[in-house]
Amino acid sequence: MEQTKHVEHDHYDPEASKIGMWLFIFTELLLFGGLFIIYSVYRYLNPDAFHLAAEELDTFIGAVNTVILLVSSMTIAMSTTAIQKQNYRLTQWLLAITVILAFVFLVNKYFEWGAKFSHGIYPGSEHMLEAFSQGEILFFGLYFVMTGLHALHIVIGMVFIIWVMFYIKKRKVHHNRFALLENSGLYWHLVDAIWIFLFPLFYLIS
Amino acid sequence: MSEEKHHIVPYKTYLVILLVLLVLTFVSIAITNIELGELTVAGALFFATVKTFLVLTYFMHLKYDKPYIRIMVGFVFAIFLVVIIITFLDYYYRA
Repeated sequence: MEQTKHVEHDHYDPEASKIGMWLFIFTELLLFGGLFIIYSVYRYLNPDAFHLAAEELDTFIGAVNTVILLVSSMTIAMSTTAIQKQNYRLTQWLLAITVILAFVFLVNKYFEWGAKFSHGIYPGSEHMLEAFSQGEILFFGLYFVMTGLHALHIVIGMVFIIWVMFYIKKRKVHHNRFALLENSGLYWHLVDAIWIFLFPLFYLIS
Repeated sequence: MSEEKHHIVPYKTYLVILLVLLVLTFVSIAITNIELGELTVAGALFFATVKTFLVLTYFMHLKYDKPYIRIMVGFVFAIFLVVIIITFLDYYYRA
């Protein structure tokens, strides 16, 4: 309420925020790690069905999305260099490119999932119960849960980056105070690293 | 003060790492196209691990951070590895 309360906002500790972000990333790693273990166990129990089901996935679209995420990881990494050199225009452009690439990733995902749905492959589908073996149903269940959860992370990452862009515009984040930008980068690289494992496990090993 | 506070990574480093990551991606696609049976899985996971290592080291700045963050990350991965090994020991010996 009083004027004096407004002066207190300089609790800036980049190292502490970084540790906080890493601790959060650890929980994310264990979340996806648990799903990867479920995947490996079911794959071990149903090797032929997983092999067969993975052939349904389009390696090309998976590879395109891998390239998109890798490039977007580089652009957001470069933005921390740009902000330290006080090149704010370049920082904003690099972040904008990252968000656009994330959007393109989601568009690809939309078409990919759409094609699966039109073939009657979706969670709870009657067609899958009739035509598919238990192992194939498991594969597609994991496919939708894991890529869906990953896509949710992409959406959250986009919101996070756009939020940081606003802060940079208002210069609340600047060349001496950019922990928030670094943390959004760490989050985005996490999303990239998860996809680095999802891509071979679902698309390549068939 | 500034150089002590933060290491500015040159743009070129990021570009080189991206190119290496892309090459590794295409190599892993090419390798999994060859039928190698069980080796395909091992090969794909090997490439994914190398790629993640590069992302962690350069993009996520572990190379430039204080060592304790690297130790924490290593510890979490070690726990994860132990859980995988224990899970598979269980399934493998169930017969």
